[in-house]
Amino acid sequence: MSPLQAVPLAVAIPVALLVVLGSTLTLIGALGFARLSTFYDRLHAPTLATSWGTGGVIIASALMFTVLEGRPVVHEFVIGICIVVTTPVTLMMLARAALQRDRSEGADGLPATGGETPPEDR
Amino acid sequence: MTRLIPHPVLSTTLVVLWLMLTRFSLGYLILGTALSLVAGWAMSALHPSTPHVRRWAVVPRLVLVLFWDIIRSNLAVARLLLTEGRNGRRSAFVQIPLTITDQTALGFLAMILTATPGTAWVEYETDSGILTLHIFDGSEVQHYRDVVGKIYEPMLMEIFE
Repeated sequence: MSPLQAVPLAVAIPVALLVVLGSTLTLIGALGFARLSTFYDRLHAPTLATSWGTGGVIIASALMFTVLEGRPVVHEFVIGICIVVTTPVTLMMLARAALQRDRSEGADGLPATGGETPPEDR
Repeated sequence: MTRLIPHPVLSTTLVVLWLMLTRFSLGYLILGTALSLVAGWAMSALHPSTPHVRRWAVVPRLVLVLFWDIIRSNLAVARLLLTEGRNGRRSAFVQIPLTITDQTALGFLAMILTATPGTAWVEYETDSGILTLHIFDGSEVQHYRDVVGKIYEPMLMEIFE
């Protein structure tokens, strides 16, 4: 008997739903990443994968192994914490690099540099 | 005491993480404690000011609001991505003057805004305190101004300042 068969149906259903939710969001994020046309828009697509995409799979894994092993298994959440703490670093680096490049090229539609009053929103 | 353990919260968290990732035993506890102390010293060498959490009571409320916000914006961004090209979405930059100046509070705000799909932290000017965000759905500019200025900023101020 495979260990998966030991999972009661009441647990298997939420686990399956969470895994499907997480992987679907990650897939949508990846599709968006491929389809979006501007750099700043593409910054947003992978955040689906780093929030509920990972979150769904993590919660599903914690839930299933907690039931299977009969003790709380929560170390998956460390992955989640590490992702939440580290994503802003790369995101800011990419965003600021893009902004720097676009400003030096004099592109349109960029935010004003600090010190000035914020312009009215378009 | 403060010289030996300059960052008690950081060090305790690291020991707990270490024990979660290994098996619990005396050897691992000693090794983990030693490592987290070294990490605390390294941290205080890099970043001399120790963050102080003034009110822990606000933290659960912040986590709940954030959790709900992340679910909501996940669905919103997923819907926009699936209908991309047909929904007339336009992204926008938005500049928000911040009143918080505490580095830890700003760090948490960055994590919150990054973890929430639809907002990306682009730039923060320390002199003027103006935060530049990139908003995926430009029609929600006012919503995000309110979310940052009226929900997260007051909560972070209560916690850290």
